[in-house]
Amino acid sequence: MSPILEVENLKVRYAGATSDAVRGISFTLGRERLGIVGESGSGKSTVGRALLKLLPGATISADRLRFEDIDLNGLSERQMLSVRGRRMSMILQDPKFSLNPIRRVGDQVAETYLRHFDVSRSAARERALAMLAAVKIRDPERVYGQYPHEISGGMGQRVMIAMMLLADPDLVIADEPTSALDVTVRLQVLDILDGLVRERGIGLIMISHDLNLVRNFCDRVLIMYAGRVVETLSAADLDHAEHPYTRGLLAAQPRIGGPRRPLAVLDRKPDWLEEKA
Amino acid sequence: MPFHSLRIGRAAGQAGSIAVTLLGLLMLTFFIGRMMPADPVRAMVGEDATRETYEQVYRALGLDRPLWEQFFYYLGDVATGNFGTSIRTGQPVIKDILHVMPATIELATFAILIGALLGIPMGVLAAVNKERWPDHVIRVLSLMGHSMPIFWTGMIALIVFYAHLGLVGGSGRMDQFYIGLVDERTGFLLIDSLMAGEMDVFWSALNHLILPASLLGYSSAAYITRMTRSFMLDQLGQEYVTTARVKGLSRAQTIWLHAFGNIRVQLVTIVALAYGSLLEGAVLIETVFAWPGFGQYLTSNLIIGDMNAVMTCVLIVGVIFIGLNLFSDLLYRFFDPRTR
Repeated sequence: MSPILEVENLKVRYAGATSDAVRGISFTLGRERLGIVGESGSGKSTVGRALLKLLPGATISADRLRFEDIDLNGLSERQMLSVRGRRMSMILQDPKFSLNPIRRVGDQVAETYLRHFDVSRSAARERALAMLAAVKIRDPERVYGQYPHEISGGMGQRVMIAMMLLADPDLVIADEPTSALDVTVRLQVLDILDGLVRERGIGLIMISHDLNLVRNFCDRVLIMYAGRVVETLSAADLDHAEHPYTRGLLAAQPRIGGPRRPLAVLDRKPDWLEEKA
Repeated sequence: MPFHSLRIGRAAGQAGSIAVTLLGLLMLTFFIGRMMPADPVRAMVGEDATRETYEQVYRALGLDRPLWEQFFYYLGDVATGNFGTSIRTGQPVIKDILHVMPATIELATFAILIGALLGIPMGVLAAVNKERWPDHVIRVLSLMGHSMPIFWTGMIALIVFYAHLGLVGGSGRMDQFYIGLVDERTGFLLIDSLMAGEMDVFWSALNHLILPASLLGYSSAAYITRMTRSFMLDQLGQEYVTTARVKGLSRAQTIWLHAFGNIRVQLVTIVALAYGSLLEGAVLIETVFAWPGFGQYLTSNLIIGDMNAVMTCVLIVGVIFIGLNLFSDLLYRFFDPRTR
């Protein structure tokens, strides 16, 4: 199986920063679900945005940045416009902020299709309605005409998924897709995303700080620390992680019904900053 | 439907708040009239009048009644459109104001159009190119518009564009030659001349209007640009802008199809306020350009203490602002689904 995405020595530096936010990471992605886990500031979201080249002012460099038949490294902004949304898209964290408050949600979904296919508005509308049904929205016609403030967070995130999968991309990056949702609707939303990704054979990168979520929904996990990948392992082997940082993350998780003692505190050794996985 | 009763309730609430504001405004103008050191009786009867004449007029004006009773008389007068007589011209105040107001409205409307059409795109351009050269150029231009005194730019502009280049008309609302040629029907010279079919007068009026309107427009544009820039920068940092980019929209599409819609409400507010302050009259520019407008009228009456005229002017300015606020409230509903 040829990989969808090959990344070699990716580095990102924000404008005006004195050091890199992502310091040379490498990974490949097949038609699988890859989790990227790390604490805040580890650079995991930056990786997602760098792949879409959506980091205004930042410098992105890589020895190799291959996405299917496209060399992302040499692509101009103009060429990126036909990649974003169509070939690669991203589900953002909180529908309260990631949907435009003054436009009907259905029109926002249909817009993805209109940008990439030469179709009439009514055809795009039909597509969007079908996609809203596919993310298990019961009354798509009604929801289509609603504004973001009129729908719930779970519903908003389904709209987001519909919007980002509508043009049938090959790779979807989900950046903390459920951390703004109530615990009760998290699983529903994840199931919908998971079902669609499997059914359509889409590659998924799930960026999260939630180890259990990644364990359940991903095939493979990258553990990031301070802009580097410290460990890569399959989700099933997470409990057998070798790197002390990963072990530390696992130990810092509370367990329901477990013994009530203070949780382990993360240890951060300076020599982890320089090692490579 | 609960929807409808909600809407009616809101309209009633709004009408109520307008009524209260108006009443407050009337109280304010009434007390301005009473507190001012100017003596309306003396102004009418003259310095040499006998004590009897003075007393007689004093009573005729109702000044011997208690203050609250006088206030009710004042309310009744205002309600029937009687705003008193101007001491200076001997005409009903309202007639004088109806004569000067169209000149100011014409000037202010052109100025705000120029200001908004120039200021909004410049503000967006500056925000999009933050900290790059277009932003710097626009910021300098807007700072200049803010800080140059308008009477000075007015005079310089007259010297350059009128005296030297002869591109525009000089002071006044039209060339001397045309004065009195067109009947005053609406008071708006551009409309009156068009209605009379006098194209020469129309062009002359437009020619005289363009320079003062551009100068006022430039100084409102300076303000509108700065505000638009900061509103836009606010929106460009929002997540929905990222969403639009992820979908494959270009920067320009994202700005005009997504971000701009979200600053319209704020823009309406500041443009309406800028328009209001232009309608209040631009005394300096009206003086430099010998423009017979509201600002000059108010100022000259303040100086000679013609209280009926001043009170009415204050009332009109208040009503203008209430009206503009109401108008922008209505536009909010139109622009922002969350307020419906």
